[in-house]
Amino acid sequence: MNAFESPTLDKRSGHIGKRQTRVEDDALLRGQGRYGDDLATPPGTLHAAVLRSPHAHARLTSLDVSRALAMPGVHGVLTGDDVKRWAQPFPVGVRQPMDHWCVAVDKVRYVGEPVAVVIAENRYLAEDALEGVCVGYEPLPVAVDTEAAIADGAVILHEAVGANVVNDRRFCYGDPQTAFDTAERRVSLKVRFPRSSCTPIECYFVLAQYDVASGGYDVTSNFQGPFALHSVMTRALKVPGNLLRLRTPPDSGGSFGIKQGVFPYVVMMGLAARKVGAPVKWVEDRLEHLQASSSSTNRVTEVEAAVTHDGRVTALRLDQLDDCGAYLRAPEPATFYRMHGNLTGAYAIRHLEVRNRVVMTNKTPTGLNRGFGGPQVYFALERLMQRIATELDLDPLEVIRRNLIPSGSFPYRAAAGALLDSGDYPKAVALGIEEGGLAELLERRKAARRAGRLYGIGYTVAVEPSISNMGYITTAMTPEERRKAGPKNGAVSTATISVGPLGDISAHVSSTPQGQGHRTVVAQVIAEVLGVPLESISVNVELDTGKDAWSIASGNYSSRFSGAVAGAVYNAALKIKQRLAVIAAEQWGVDAERVRFGEGRVFVDGGDASASFHRIAGATHWSPGTLPESESGGLRETAFWTPPELVAPDDNDLINSSLCYGFIFDYCGVEIDRITGAVRIDRYVTLHDAGRMLNPDLVDGQVRGGFAQGLGVALMEEFAYGDDGSFISGTFADYLVPTAVEVPEPLILHMETPSPFTPLGAKGVGEGNNMSTPVCVANGVADALGIKDIELPLTPSKVRTLMGFDEPPRPEGVGEEVAKQTPGGSLLTASDSVEIPGTPRQVFDNLLDPDTLAAIIPGCHALELTGENAYRADVTVGVGMIRARFDARVALRDLDPPHALRLSGAGTSSMGSAEGSAKIRLTEIEGGKTRLDYDYEASVGGKVASVGGRMLQSASKMIIAQIFTRLSRHLGGAAPKASLWQRIKRLVTGKGGQS
Amino acid sequence: MHVKSDQRTRVIFTLNGRERSGHAEPRMQLSDFLRHEMGATGTHIGCEHGVCGACTVLVDGRASRACLMLAVQVHGRRLETVESLAEDGGLNDLQQAFHNHHALQCGFCTAGILMSCSEFLARVPAPTETQVRDMLSGHLCRCTGYTGIVNAVLEVAATRRQFQEGDTEQENNNV
Repeated sequence: MNAFESPTLDKRSGHIGKRQTRVEDDALLRGQGRYGDDLATPPGTLHAAVLRSPHAHARLTSLDVSRALAMPGVHGVLTGDDVKRWAQPFPVGVRQPMDHWCVAVDKVRYVGEPVAVVIAENRYLAEDALEGVCVGYEPLPVAVDTEAAIADGAVILHEAVGANVVNDRRFCYGDPQTAFDTAERRVSLKVRFPRSSCTPIECYFVLAQYDVASGGYDVTSNFQGPFALHSVMTRALKVPGNLLRLRTPPDSGGSFGIKQGVFPYVVMMGLAARKVGAPVKWVEDRLEHLQASSSSTNRVTEVEAAVTHDGRVTALRLDQLDDCGAYLRAPEPATFYRMHGNLTGAYAIRHLEVRNRVVMTNKTPTGLNRGFGGPQVYFALERLMQRIATELDLDPLEVIRRNLIPSGSFPYRAAAGALLDSGDYPKAVALGIEEGGLAELLERRKAARRAGRLYGIGYTVAVEPSISNMGYITTAMTPEERRKAGPKNGAVSTATISVGPLGDISAHVSSTPQGQGHRTVVAQVIAEVLGVPLESISVNVELDTGKDAWSIASGNYSSRFSGAVAGAVYNAALKIKQRLAVIAAEQWGVDAERVRFGEGRVFVDGGDASASFHRIAGATHWSPGTLPESESGGLRETAFWTPPELVAPDDNDLINSSLCYGFIFDYCGVEIDRITGAVRIDRYVTLHDAGRMLNPDLVDGQVRGGFAQGLGVALMEEFAYGDDGSFISGTFADYLVPTAVEVPEPLILHMETPSPFTPLGAKGVGEGNNMSTPVCVANGVADALGIKDIELPLTPSKVRTLMGFDEPPRPEGVGEEVAKQTPGGSLLTASDSVEIPGTPRQVFDNLLDPDTLAAIIPGCHALELTGENAYRADVTVGVGMIRARFDARVALRDLDPPHALRLSGAGTSSMGSAEGSAKIRLTEIEGGKTRLDYDYEASVGGKVASVGGRMLQSASKMIIAQIFTRLSRHLGGAAPKASLWQRIKRLVTGKGGQS
Repeated sequence: MHVKSDQRTRVIFTLNGRERSGHAEPRMQLSDFLRHEMGATGTHIGCEHGVCGACTVLVDGRASRACLMLAVQVHGRRLETVESLAEDGGLNDLQQAFHNHHALQCGFCTAGILMSCSEFLARVPAPTETQVRDMLSGHLCRCTGYTGIVNAVLEVAATRRQFQEGDTEQENNNV
């Protein structure tokens, strides 16, 4: 400890801990923020658009870019061949033969996987030219459901691995076997946690340049860290670390972990810039972002507890399947191990058995997402605690309280190795009960239930880890593998403070914030230590690996700012202070320990000597010759800080996966609408002990934001996939996130138990509610409905199903819907009939005539005969807001003139793929007309499929109907007469017919 | 007027009180035009399908999604973007209230929200919280949980009413 660390603060200016408004706001409120897409680009910058796979699993058979290259403004197309020549696959966190390239080289394994990158003069032209890239796919069977993917006979994504489980580890702490053998009761539960993302409103951004002279890349991206991934990028680019200069823009439009996933695009656009010899800019759009950026893992957990009759949990057994999607992208399988040390939550459970299996499926690769691993773990653990209470007929809160880590036992070494730094869990729960008004809430439930309403209360306690141990991920390896690889641990944070010639202070931190207000807090800490006005401090949070102090733990993740980064700022400020104190002390002939800082001045405690801060600091620049010998002149200090408590996992797999562990106690009252199934949050109480709060306003902001996102996961958000791997949550109209009308105001309570391990006693607080809120709401709904199996999101229709609601009979006169949708969502089938002028023979012959066919296919630009009754067509199809030009194969088969034939087609476009066939039957009817009956089946994949089944249903219906309208016209008739059924439907419903 | 798809036409309009002009192809979105042709980067693009509201601007005083309009549609019209709000170099009352209530974090959705709120407060001077939340439901904010935004709007409405009542009283006294 250095001499100036205690007493740390001379004249408490009260900056730390103050509800300080933010220095970031002014520019942002004026629209003067500088986000990636706002930055000036170098002259000659080109723009990229990414061609993505419409298939969840397919072999690439051909790739022809010639047509694209001939299109206006196109400078080049980056393909898998270029990538193979210049780059290599991303390193993977487990030892398995899995190749993940930034552009697909042999196979595609998820819908949205990049297949080629078109680089053109502007974004519009680049997107146009996506249509000109012709890709041959040989579709393969898919593995979409996590459990199905590990079953016998499932298709293997990475053949060289030989299985879809790419990492399987078992852990045993204490003696769980004996505990289970002798358990008075056992309670078990199986839960599935869905995929979601916090969907920042700004999507990914990359601006890349390649310097042919040095062979280096210079990339600006709204990457959020961890900068350990810088090494992953340089390995992929095959350059030393100093030849990838990675920079971040001054502002970032949210991330919540998700912008970790931009790193493959940093590599991709670097290569694109190399391909065209010009700077390349890429701004991801929302459809790409939802479909293919990143998400949390979805997880299947079987959890079992050994329990005493009074609800005390003696042992826990967890069998977890974490679905990481199609590739194990760094830092996965971190979602598992981020929580590993504290898997027993806030409970004193000494015996623990865990099996963790990492599963590959044909879905988008996963990555950081606020809460990272926490929502999955607590959903299982806290649902289990609620089940224990239910099965043992105990009060759920009482079960929680009986199992809490007792007061006075901190720091507490949890079963799997987490060293829970500080806290008083029973006291916090008591405080939450008291100040949150639980007694009244219980009364409300009583009253609601008396009135016959569906009302429930949910409880959750959670330990919120922050400042992750960079070595926790190696827990995925066996102790032997770790010994070979060498230990990994720690979490280095950095801060630099410079004082200019006029005493002006500039600070830099490598925490790449995305809205949390780091600049404000950094200024607060420096103002406090150096006794200068907050306004005089300028804080820069751009990170430039080419010239800033940074390390692998740099970046914005694991809620590491307030504990680690603000701590490093504090340490750097202390270094500056110490130097200035020595300078002042020598000038005044006093002992340095008597020098104090405050109100912009440096002075002697109990003495007369005093000078302005800028005079003392300025001397380091203007008159270094007058300074003590220890002084080298200039005034700039960088502090690196890493906590000694973060050691590598040991041979028994004990891992202190994080440095700090905050505590959360949440409870809520929920009411369920009996008719709609809608869940209404009547009250939500959330208590946080995040150690010392540096700025309570910002803490509350984090809690509110996390709560809203947690509520979204509980009630509406899910990245859903069809059985064929198609992505069906592809727009903000399909992937619903909470708006102001859905988010109630939570009651936020605080307790402050400083962390003994961070310089300022602060812990992270940004992710807690993402961990606690989903399961708290689920527990409320379980209580309201008295049911065991709860699956998120609790949408009204799902809740109605849970309630065992019988659908009322169809009103009389309303016919059955013609079209039936399969559960996969993308296979559309329907049948209909139309009347067409002309005999069956005329109709039949016309259908076989290429000119007729070209004329009746809507949006057909060209039709070229490729064989007998087989054609290649160039067709533009629009569904909703998406329009795509399809390269289609059309064929007429099963000819039975003039009675029947089959019209089939398959096409691909940059927007996705489609295929379908229609069985057509012709019957002569009176008046020289023909009734044409058709049954069709169509399936779509890719971006087109993501617009949602309902829209596709009506669109395909319309397109098919158009074909026959045109056929009818072509035969000299008017639009075909609606079928009898359609006419009846129109009479009954007032609509129907040609839609 | 028939315009070819790759032909750029001149768009003349009023942007934040000044006449501006630029060239746009018929298919160019207003959001892209404002940001990349006019340099008005305060208007942000969050979804390009009309849901998130980040790109909301005022077109002839009506809050509109710039991502759902074409640049050529604003020819001859009056546009206001977030850059128009600050007054005399300082933040206006709504911006100041956002600052005071911690109603923004990353700030990316904020520009659009400010524009919707500006139009709303002019139309609905005495809103209830429910009305404010209903208006805000046209915007997605992923950082704040909306609390600060709701409080800021309600406070501005109340303050503006007070001022107006003060003015009215003043006028009455003068009479």
